Amino acid sequence: MMIDPLSVFLLLLGASTPILFAALGELVVERAGVLNLGVEGMMITGALAGFGAAYSTGNPFLGFLVAACAGAAISMLFAALTQVFLANQVASGLALTLFGLGLAAMLGKPFEGVRAPSMPAGPLRINWIVWLGLVMVPLVWWFLNRTRSGLILRAVGENHEAAHALGYNIRLTRLAAIAFGGAMAGVGGAFISIATVLQWTEGMTAGAGWIALAIVVFSNWTAPGVLAGAWLFGGVTVLQLRLQAAGVAVPVQLLSMAPYLATIIVLVAISARQKFSRRAGTGAPGSLGTNFHALR
Amino acid sequence: MIQLVPRQNASNLWQIATPLLAVLATMIAGGLLFATMGHNPVAAIRTIFWDPLFGMASGYSRPQLLVKAAPLILIASGLAIGFRAGIWNIGAEGQYIMGAITGAAVALALYPLEAWWLFPAMVAAGLAGGWAWGMIPALLRNWFGASEILVSLMLVYVAQRIAAWMAFGPMRNPQGMGFPGSRNLQQYPSASNPELIAGTGAHWGVVAAAFAVLATWFLMSRHIRGFHIRAAGTAPRAARFAGVRPAVLVAFCLGLSGALAGAAGLFEVAGPAGQITDRIGVGYGFTAIIVAFLGRLHPVGILLAGLLLALTYIGGELAQLTMGLPAASVQVFQGMLLFFLLGFDLLTRYQIRRRITA
Amino acid sequence: MTKGTDLAVPTVFRAEGIGKSYPGVRANDDISFAVRPGEIHALLGENGAGKSTLVKMIYGLVRPDEGRMFLLDAPHAPQDPRAARAAGVAMVFQHFSLFDALTVAENIALGMENPPPRRELAARITQVSHDFGLPLNPARRVVTLSAGERQRVEIIRCLLQNPRLLIMDEPTSVLTPQEAELLFATLRKLAAQGTAILYISHKLEEIRAHCDRATILRHGRVVESCDPRAHSARDLAAMMVGGQMRQIDRSGRQAGEVLLEVQGLSLPAPDAEGTALKDIALTLRAGEILGIGGVAGNGQEELLAALSGEVASRPGTVTLEGADLSGKGPEPRRVAGLLAAPEDRLGHAAVPDFSLIENTLLTAGARKGLVRRGLIDHGAARDYALAVIRDFDVRTPGPHVAARALSGGNLQKFVIGREVMQAPRVLVVNQPTWGVDAGAAAAVRQSLLDLARQGAGVIVISQDLDELLELSDRFCALNEGRLSPPVPTEGLTLDRIGLMLGGAHGMEEARI
Repeated sequence: MMIDPLSVFLLLLGASTPILFAALGELVVERAGVLNLGVEGMMITGALAGFGAAYSTGNPFLGFLVAACAGAAISMLFAALTQVFLANQVASGLALTLFGLGLAAMLGKPFEGVRAPSMPAGPLRINWIVWLGLVMVPLVWWFLNRTRSGLILRAVGENHEAAHALGYNIRLTRLAAIAFGGAMAGVGGAFISIATVLQWTEGMTAGAGWIALAIVVFSNWTAPGVLAGAWLFGGVTVLQLRLQAAGVAVPVQLLSMAPYLATIIVLVAISARQKFSRRAGTGAPGSLGTNFHALR
Repeated sequence: MIQLVPRQNASNLWQIATPLLAVLATMIAGGLLFATMGHNPVAAIRTIFWDPLFGMASGYSRPQLLVKAAPLILIASGLAIGFRAGIWNIGAEGQYIMGAITGAAVALALYPLEAWWLFPAMVAAGLAGGWAWGMIPALLRNWFGASEILVSLMLVYVAQRIAAWMAFGPMRNPQGMGFPGSRNLQQYPSASNPELIAGTGAHWGVVAAAFAVLATWFLMSRHIRGFHIRAAGTAPRAARFAGVRPAVLVAFCLGLSGALAGAAGLFEVAGPAGQITDRIGVGYGFTAIIVAFLGRLHPVGILLAGLLLALTYIGGELAQLTMGLPAASVQVFQGMLLFFLLGFDLLTRYQIRRRITA
Repeated sequence: MTKGTDLAVPTVFRAEGIGKSYPGVRANDDISFAVRPGEIHALLGENGAGKSTLVKMIYGLVRPDEGRMFLLDAPHAPQDPRAARAAGVAMVFQHFSLFDALTVAENIALGMENPPPRRELAARITQVSHDFGLPLNPARRVVTLSAGERQRVEIIRCLLQNPRLLIMDEPTSVLTPQEAELLFATLRKLAAQGTAILYISHKLEEIRAHCDRATILRHGRVVESCDPRAHSARDLAAMMVGGQMRQIDRSGRQAGEVLLEVQGLSLPAPDAEGTALKDIALTLRAGEILGIGGVAGNGQEELLAALSGEVASRPGTVTLEGADLSGKGPEPRRVAGLLAAPEDRLGHAAVPDFSLIENTLLTAGARKGLVRRGLIDHGAARDYALAVIRDFDVRTPGPHVAARALSGGNLQKFVIGREVMQAPRVLVVNQPTWGVDAGAAAAVRQSLLDLARQGAGVIVISQDLDELLELSDRFCALNEGRLSPPVPTEGLTLDRIGLMLGGAHGMEEARI
């Protein structure tokens, strides 16, 4: 069986894009000290909203814009719960995922069985949104490491008590980060419905949001690491699909486990490295997952 | 200006009041949602919450209440123990599926043997299957520090694909004329999990759920291990100081919740579902998370919350039939419920005061 | 001696009638005082006297309910710390407001309003830090710095702002005596340039030696404003506490047979911020109190964890009355008679959300029969909680109250009482009076002495050298995970102890 490396790489780019967007967004959220387990819910919301807008207007780019807005909007439910009502972040993220999956399934009925408008290809015949995702990697890196706002965001995530003592607004910083994460997850979800599957089906994100969360751990909370993780995941997915198409004597159901098993293996490997290598340590933000309440 | 002041002791009154408030708020918000979709909100809420119990079709739907509540309560009882300890098993759906598969495997391997011990052996296999699936994230966390949240969740997708593979491959009914799905265990007397008292819906799973409620209540309020679990959840260092070994706790909580979810899967596949199909997982494992929180992680609360969410399942189906509400509206409803609950929970931990300005 | 403010002299900062209330607490009440240019002004008071609330208001973290503040005779009412910084106020926090994962330069940039570009900032940090004899490498990550170096980062962060008023909240609590001397030399230099320094502390000798003026707070009110050099430490203590200090009774103890023997105890650091224990050896006799001194972060927590059983060690390293406990966890050690009370009351020694009754179950289950065959006897736990509350004078509405609701001193009395009343053979305590008011501290110290008098061995790990000199028979220093051989406490001077604690380690470069 011959596999042309270039075409595999192009497929890999496509397969990794939804995860890349969602994981880059979640990276920023986690660097601000917030663990949002609602990525799956925000992605599916973006997938539906984007598809609906693209189908209704015939403009796929408008679809992505709407998806970003929808993702950011639904992320505000999580933001309200955790930043205003000080609810547990793990539980609130789960709630967002469960709610998002249900809401999309309910509102998505009218869009079942119709096709997305086709997208014009970008430079090198690669989708414009794939390009956008690739550009976002250095952009997020630059923002986090080279801008004043990025420094404040990292400070808030690292030690919210100290950031508060220096006079930075923890809540506002985190709200902004959560909204960005929602918008990115929305675009990632919309890429699945508008650019990959070309139609809307219930539960179509199929765990991509959860994989994105694992990729953030894999990246050790860095933007280049997220790209590497997304490509690794994309590679496994493409390989698995290629093997299916080639008719390998392994049941389809077992082959389709590959991305999930790969995610577990990668997660275990990277966690072990962070645990056992004293030098490496973990890049996890110090205040990750904890709420902040100041008595004035 | 409104100010939040932390309470020194969590308020007992609000502990009980917030779930009720959350249900009320969900009814109102859900009604509004249905109204925007062009349905009569009052009728919709009535169809979901009232008609299954007292409406025209209640003769059919009332027994369904126990059928749906049993797996929810069984799973949530186990999950709540882990949540108390800060150990997040969100892959109960996968453990449920694996319990169903391993339990059914015993029966399918021995078909058509009839023996009194067959069903107990299936229960044991179901418990073991769920336990083993829950132990994977436990061991990966203990050995390598991998997040049990992500691993247990990933394993749901893996379990779903194993179920599909089973239904299309190894477990496919040889007399099924090529259709996917295993033999129907309801038609296999020694392996079936029948209704114990006609018209109630009560099967062995209901008995097990009741037992789980009692046992977890005893564990959490009378036994030192339950005390250690609660301590570990709120102050992990204090728990270590008391002598708790975190790795043991992780294995205990994930193993126990996995086993209970596996048992729930077995009771389902041997009873109401009847056979292994690629759709054996119907979301009980996820809904049970809501049940655990709505029940305030307390066994009695979980019992009530399980019954309530079972009601929304049945009512949702009814509303789908009679009013044409989309099937997913139940899911939306359950999600909303969790949102409101988490939001109102603020009231148990903080007092709201108006700031006095000088 | 003058009270209140003298308006004839120019002031850098002035407070007039400041008041602040929290639910159930009057934190500050009608506070007036003034700080003059070039003055090191001490703010002296017990824990809970309202010092922290007061400086948080000056720094814009908390807003006063009533009263007015003036900075350089202009009204001072900062909305947030950034406004305060812009007005010329800088602050070094007691628990550093630093970000471990970030570099020195990033940490400093976060404390400035308009930091210069990266390279320029790095150059300025290098220069200013050398000018003040506090050299710093701007590219290093804070997590790799010692406590003294971390404080330097905070100080440089303040200096780059050219503050008119510099607030320092208990800055020497993490320093050796020699490091503290270096700090004061820096402060003198600053004061000479006209910066006013507001210096918060409860260390009386330090204030008498270095401060020009002292404002003493008690229960949220100013009780005295004076020249500390004109008063004895005993007088200052009396003003701070409002009455005479209770005298400690050290009598009636004699060293008996060896109870606890620790040999060759080495353990790796538990995490990146932790300290490795290196070849620790000690013996403890019945009736004896062994004091272990050291600057924070030199292995105190790790040593307590190794003795309490939270961390197991190689066989033969921890022996109690001939029984090897090295591999045993906390429960078997308690059964054998080796008990411990960690430093952190909320979250380590006690579960904050649990009632006092439930908190007895944390350690007293076996020795007091509160737990039998895994079953909890709630009645017995309640009785034991009541007994501890009664015998140790724990002020609480009742045993059902959550641990977090108690004041630091009362919770500490409960924690120590819970262990002492189990009649341990050996009790190990870490920072037994940290953040505790004088009355409770005296009660805790006395209970440790009484326990030793009854024939138990006690190990006191503390950063409070006065406390160790007061309590212990022999003294060891813990420095970077190594324990010095013991010396008798009698005749030991603070200077000698300072050298044992590693002198001004980490500050050497500064003196070259």
